[in-house]
Amino acid sequence: MKAKIKVTLKTGVLDPQGKAIEGALGHLGFDGVGEVRQGKYFEVELAETDHAKAKEQVKAMCEKLIANTVIENYDIELA
Amino acid sequence: MTLAHDTKITPDLVKSHGLKPDEYERFVKLLGREPTITELGICSAMWNEHCSYKSSKKWLKTMPTKGARVIQGPGENAGVIDIGDGDAIVFKMESHNHPSFIEPYQGAATGVGGILRDVFTMGARPIAAMNALRFGEPAHPKTRHLVAGVVHGVGGYGNSFGVPTIGGEVNFHARYNGNILVNAMAVGLARADSIFYSKAKGVGLPVVYLGAKTGRDGIHGATMASAEFDDKAEEKRPTVQVGDPFTEKCLLEACLELMASGAVIAIQDMGAAGLTSSAVEMGAKGDLGIELDLDKVPCRETGMTAYEMMLSESQERMLMVLDPSREKEAEAIFHKWGLDFAIVGKTTDTLRFVIKHKGQVMADLPIKQMGDEAPEYDRPWVAPKLQPVLTNAPAPGDLKAAILKIVGSPDMCSRRWVWEQYDSLIGSNTAQIPGGDAGVVRIRGKKAIAVSTDVTPRYVEADPFEGGKQAVAECWRNLTATGADPIAITDNLNFGNPERPEIMGQFVHAIKGLSEACNVLAFPIVSGNVSLYNETNGQGILPTPAIGGIGLIPDVDLMATIAFKNADDVILQVGGHGTHLGQSIYLREVLGKEEGAPPPVDLALEKTNGDFVRGLIRAGHVSAVHDVSDGGLGLAVIEMAMASGLGASLVLLTHEQLFGEDQARYVITASPAQAAAITAAAAKAGVALEQVGTVTAEPTLKIASGPSISVADLRIAHEGWFPAYMSGEL
Amino acid sequence: MKSAVVVFPGINRERDMMLALETVTGSKPVSVWHTETELPKVDLVVVPGGFSYGDYLRCGAIAARSPIMQDIRAKALKGLKVLGVCNGFQIITEAGLLPGVLVRNKDLRFVCRQVKLKVENNQTFFTNRMQKGAIVSCPVAHGEGNYICDAETLKRLEAENRVVFRYAEGTNPNGALNDIAGIMNESGSVIGMMPHPENMIEPLHGRTDCRPLFESLLAA
Repeated sequence: MKAKIKVTLKTGVLDPQGKAIEGALGHLGFDGVGEVRQGKYFEVELAETDHAKAKEQVKAMCEKLIANTVIENYDIELA
Repeated sequence: MTLAHDTKITPDLVKSHGLKPDEYERFVKLLGREPTITELGICSAMWNEHCSYKSSKKWLKTMPTKGARVIQGPGENAGVIDIGDGDAIVFKMESHNHPSFIEPYQGAATGVGGILRDVFTMGARPIAAMNALRFGEPAHPKTRHLVAGVVHGVGGYGNSFGVPTIGGEVNFHARYNGNILVNAMAVGLARADSIFYSKAKGVGLPVVYLGAKTGRDGIHGATMASAEFDDKAEEKRPTVQVGDPFTEKCLLEACLELMASGAVIAIQDMGAAGLTSSAVEMGAKGDLGIELDLDKVPCRETGMTAYEMMLSESQERMLMVLDPSREKEAEAIFHKWGLDFAIVGKTTDTLRFVIKHKGQVMADLPIKQMGDEAPEYDRPWVAPKLQPVLTNAPAPGDLKAAILKIVGSPDMCSRRWVWEQYDSLIGSNTAQIPGGDAGVVRIRGKKAIAVSTDVTPRYVEADPFEGGKQAVAECWRNLTATGADPIAITDNLNFGNPERPEIMGQFVHAIKGLSEACNVLAFPIVSGNVSLYNETNGQGILPTPAIGGIGLIPDVDLMATIAFKNADDVILQVGGHGTHLGQSIYLREVLGKEEGAPPPVDLALEKTNGDFVRGLIRAGHVSAVHDVSDGGLGLAVIEMAMASGLGASLVLLTHEQLFGEDQARYVITASPAQAAAITAAAAKAGVALEQVGTVTAEPTLKIASGPSISVADLRIAHEGWFPAYMSGEL
Repeated sequence: MKSAVVVFPGINRERDMMLALETVTGSKPVSVWHTETELPKVDLVVVPGGFSYGDYLRCGAIAARSPIMQDIRAKALKGLKVLGVCNGFQIITEAGLLPGVLVRNKDLRFVCRQVKLKVENNQTFFTNRMQKGAIVSCPVAHGEGNYICDAETLKRLEAENRVVFRYAEGTNPNGALNDIAGIMNESGSVIGMMPHPENMIEPLHGRTDCRPLFESLLAA
């Protein structure tokens, strides 16, 4: 089973990289670009076959390492 | 085992490997049969310009490489010099021009990584890094992006690896629009009696692969480095290597730990042409054959062919010949640092380079000839056309405006925006950060070394011989200005297409100039790198033989810096008044012209004046010292004022005297009480010296019968350009 | 004063820190490798600067989960003095020894320069030889030193006098909230700071402003 994890900054946390991308898009002539937020994406191969157990396992991974829950949210998708 | 003849070698295939038909003929004759595709790849990697120096070798051999302090000259991973007390300095400069143009961050980062590896491969811990960067004109649409990426890459790698970047050069010129130059220099400290070399010794010993895994990165990077660019250059993106400074830092620690254990017999880093050139190097130097079993090579990607493995330029890898009784110990050290360790082959007595993969022999080549029998050319060259000496450069209409223009010009303004992105302090030994004449790092106790990189490409373009001399002389002068004894240099010769006689003529004349200066100043070349084919659509770069020099400071407490120290100190000019405005910054920035002969370099005078200044520094008689170079006396004094916050009151000076770039000159300051003694000493030594002004408490530059400019205004102009340009405001 | 300096792969200012500790306190610190599970008996543990694990994932995140950090966390709660500098600050913050987080510098660039530091709290093991309100020069060298935390935490840090150092005279190099350069935990046993006092202790460094910080360790 493969877990796809999206880690994004919590709403309101300053995102200087997102701001820079937003500015660059404007310079490149893309009109109508609003706020840009950037994040991280992970793919984790799992031996676990049980969906619920895998979800628990990945959640623990996110809590313990992959995300910093002080500033980041995570979103898990199992496939 | 049979030889794999898996691919028919066609003329097109030969051509796409960058081999000329006669070069291929030579290779077939050497083998006595048609090569395999893997062999063709190996040959193209070994015989390209980058690895074989086939266009430059004839001339490189003529350069002075010997001296009392030289432990190892050119031909190893880096040069080695003796700095006394059993200490040795290991250093080299190398280009990563083409990769940096294609992908500036990774190109620059892996350039820094490669040169650091060259230094620690020899058993030295890197203690300083420098770089010489050249970009296209600021208005060119790519320049800003390239500057941002290269600077970020240099910092990203060096900072993470943990070496202080203590100086360098950044210049802009339209002639680099399609070919930027990224020359990185690394300096390491080792014990003189434990330097490690690439020469393999002993038959049947394990050949060990260390470091990161092999991927398909940079396949044919070395071939790319020897090809001219065209407008499709950006399509070459897949060959770009990606740097991993974290792995390199671990590799450094693991290598030094392993070297200290005594288990290492020979070591070579995998740089350009990776596994191929490192294995050939070790075997050929040691008069041994090497047999590699590619099934054992740690790979990052699946299904890699022998061809790909042999040509991969994945970074952060080393090849070693190991004492077999220490294998377990070595493996433990590498595993501790989380690095791959694999025995991938052995030394043999056959003098053959044999590659096995999946039960087949993929290559079986005569090892010595792959290096020694590489083609060597005596390329035709014509003497460069020289420009007449310029005699009639007019004075500026508005001197104040001219000064502010120069101080805030792209080439003369502060590089703070650049060097603040480099960690210049790590190691706790940095005694001079960027912004002075040279970077200085302490070795231990009071002993320190000064490091400087220099070349004035517009001079070399106008007169390659004088320009070559000037590059060496300016480096020598910058080291001297800190109080250091200049010891030796590394060079990075960046030129255009050597197949064009006028470019080859630049190269030959520049080498003659460099050599003459090295001889007269006793400043031998101990390592270096040649980068040719720096051309886009037939337009070559300005010839840029970058020089990186090392000087020794016995007592760092007596080191000189450029900042004024005390109000009322007298400002003295050593070496006479400026007269020469041809190819000067004044001519270009204020009058908008790039013409005339460059200032001639009188090497005997250079030595006399430099030795005099160094003597004053060592005796503690001067409070500040700055060499006079780009922008002349005026800029030297302004830089001294800006570095201190004090002002200067200058005597009446003509525009030639203010901006002339005559060589062999310094500005020094001393207390009024010392001035008479210094003047007397100068007269005795036959050195021209006159007072040109006084340091003032009021932070203003005043020129007699001329303008007054506050140091604050000078700083605004000086500090303003780079941040404004990079933020897109200009 | 016995001290230990913890080394993770990728840490690169451990030598600077060990040199400063030895030069000023007179005793050589022991180096502790990250796979150790128990600290030697020491009065102070320093987590130095660098790029542990290449700063991959997030600065300090991987090092914060290594074996030795378990022991450091347990002992810090019992009062062992812990100092984290630069990457060390990021590591101990990731490990939960200090609140908040260090994110990328406001202008997205690594910065190495001298800043001014104001000593806001001189009742700590690292500042007791300084005057409250004293301003010293100190270098920074980091790409992610922008301290942020939620409003509640910030209020508590300020109210409880737990901001130890603040960037002064407009020299905040990274955009940190309230110019925060260094903070401590509730008990004062753990201090984290972004600047590098270990690079400002002898004449070679240009100034010796940060020497008293290390001298404070002797009194604490």
